[in-house]
Amino acid sequence: MTNSIITPDLVDLGLEAPDRQTATRQLAERLAAGGRVTDLDGFLTDVAAREQQMPTGIEGGIGIPHARSAFVTEPTLAFARSKAGVDFGAADGPAHLIFLIAAPEGGGSQHMTILAALARRLVHASFREALATAPDEQTVVDIVTKEVLGS
Amino acid sequence: MKLVAVTSCPTGIAHTYMAAEAIEQAATAAGHSITVETQGAAGADPIPADVIAAADAVIFAADVEVRNRERFAGKPLVTAPVKRAINDGPALIAEAVQAAEAGRAGTSPAMAATASPVSGGAAGSGSAGLTTKVDQDAGFGTRLRQWLMTGVSYMIPFVAAGGILIAISFIMGGPQVATKVFGGTFHGHTYPAAVTGIESFTVAPVLHAAGIAGLLFLIGKVAFFMLVPVLAGFIAFAMADRMGLVPGFIAGLIATATGAGFLGGLIGGLLAGAVVMALKRPKVPRAFAGIMPVVVIPLISTAVTGVIMVVAVGRPVAAATAALTNWLHGLSGTNAAVLGLILGAMMAFDLGGPVNKVAYTFALASLASGDTKIMAAVMAAGMTPPIACALATVVRKGLFTPAERTAGEAAWLLGLSFITEGAIPFAAGDPLRVIPSLMAGSAATGALSMVFGATSLAPHGGIWVIGLVGRPVLWLAAIAAGIAVSALCLIALKSLRHTAPAASTVSVPDTTRVAVGA
Repeated sequence: MTNSIITPDLVDLGLEAPDRQTATRQLAERLAAGGRVTDLDGFLTDVAAREQQMPTGIEGGIGIPHARSAFVTEPTLAFARSKAGVDFGAADGPAHLIFLIAAPEGGGSQHMTILAALARRLVHASFREALATAPDEQTVVDIVTKEVLGS
Repeated sequence: MKLVAVTSCPTGIAHTYMAAEAIEQAATAAGHSITVETQGAAGADPIPADVIAAADAVIFAADVEVRNRERFAGKPLVTAPVKRAINDGPALIAEAVQAAEAGRAGTSPAMAATASPVSGGAAGSGSAGLTTKVDQDAGFGTRLRQWLMTGVSYMIPFVAAGGILIAISFIMGGPQVATKVFGGTFHGHTYPAAVTGIESFTVAPVLHAAGIAGLLFLIGKVAFFMLVPVLAGFIAFAMADRMGLVPGFIAGLIATATGAGFLGGLIGGLLAGAVVMALKRPKVPRAFAGIMPVVVIPLISTAVTGVIMVVAVGRPVAAATAALTNWLHGLSGTNAAVLGLILGAMMAFDLGGPVNKVAYTFALASLASGDTKIMAAVMAAGMTPPIACALATVVRKGLFTPAERTAGEAAWLLGLSFITEGAIPFAAGDPLRVIPSLMAGSAATGALSMVFGATSLAPHGGIWVIGLVGRPVLWLAAIAAGIAVSALCLIALKSLRHTAPAASTVSVPDTTRVAVGA
């Protein structure tokens, strides 16, 4: 891999969006700007397809829109914090931490292992807490890099 | 206590692993040992057989079919959606412990509704390798589409393989291959039938009459014969799991045998699935539980579905076919454009089904009596549906599922070869939007071809018989116009419901990864 799965450009600490489609689009635009997604609309369709099957929100204020898509060039995480919250269909309310996970369609299992490790960290309260209180974008990147790749 | 678990989710990159982590945390916190197999995109690391053997209970936290679930046969089982494992891992572990204790006490069949012993092999509801991606919590409309799309996704390889074989046979041996194999008249030559039908044939007469091309044609036809049974069988499978397969396939075969076409197959598959779903509902005494899935349910569901199909679908179809045929013959001599319009719409209505057959048979009869214009119109109208679908998948990818896009790639060749069935995967998954779109384009093509006065001396072959078509340029223009109309309608109708684009992109196993629960 040439790039890490997350960079400061892929972090939005003040996301404001009325719904999950807009929130996902805003994050996806960061992926497209970084050259990690080749076709923004195509990718968003894939994410929406996944979201339609079963909303990706989980309890504790987390939304995890994600997709394996032919329009993704490398496994990537984009992260946003939303003060007002965005509804991702979780039973206990809107999501304040939003993780957009993009995986290439034909990604080898090595790539997927990194995303799997990331997904596992999402369950840990300490990881969420650290991301919820990170002061700036670089700190978010450092936390993710250390927790997911460093271990 | 020793536990094992399998997690899987539709995409296989997030919830699968989150659920695994949550279950591991909860089990460890409660003092149990656990081994989790994540069936996700990073590849599954199977739980060793001895670990499974030693386990007291099994947890499936899965939104898609667990692969190779027969490995867990006989173990107390707790199943849950992945999100439940993530949101409330401790409760799931507690349930598994309960199931294990109940199993040890010998009261295992009396477990909670979500917990039941894993039954392996044919007796189980599990079906290793075959996946449906039906979300049991979704609304009826969404589930209906998911059932249809599951059937479609299993049918697409048959359409592609059969259609391309037939097209290749036309290219290799000339379009008269079909007539050489099944007998009939092609451009003035009358050929004897080399086979009586695809149910029973020997190879020598086919090779003698039409060579290797004839054989390929016949194989393609056999693959096509499976279209409707596979569609119906896997619709029922999506609804009622493995037990739906038997009545579904039988319903599909009856739809084919009674000439009800793919629309009959759709109805048959839904019917078979509904019957099995109803039969699975009542609780039966333990003594019967074992034979229910292998004997009782397939027997009753097949009998019920079969009778309904024969009586309620087969007979009306036959009656309607006769009535339509009479009506068409009564129309002879009316305005040519109107006749072309009607025939074109009929060709696209059921894409090889009874209405399509009535129109085609009418054209054959006209050809035999010397009217070559009707044949040209009908052939042109039968070519536009697959090509229009293929074009739409290229122009607006996002409106189609990956499986449909694959079907689109084959549909070009099928349409050019006048194999109208190439559009069935699109129509079966979303009939209310696709069929009217295809009918509009084919009606336009049929009318234009009549107005242009194009003629065809060949009863089939599509673009490969262009040499036998009179006014070929105008004929192609009529086809192009119909393709444009259908493709535009398709895109417009499918875009209308852009608020819920995913309804058209329900993730069913696509053709290249049927067995991967990704």
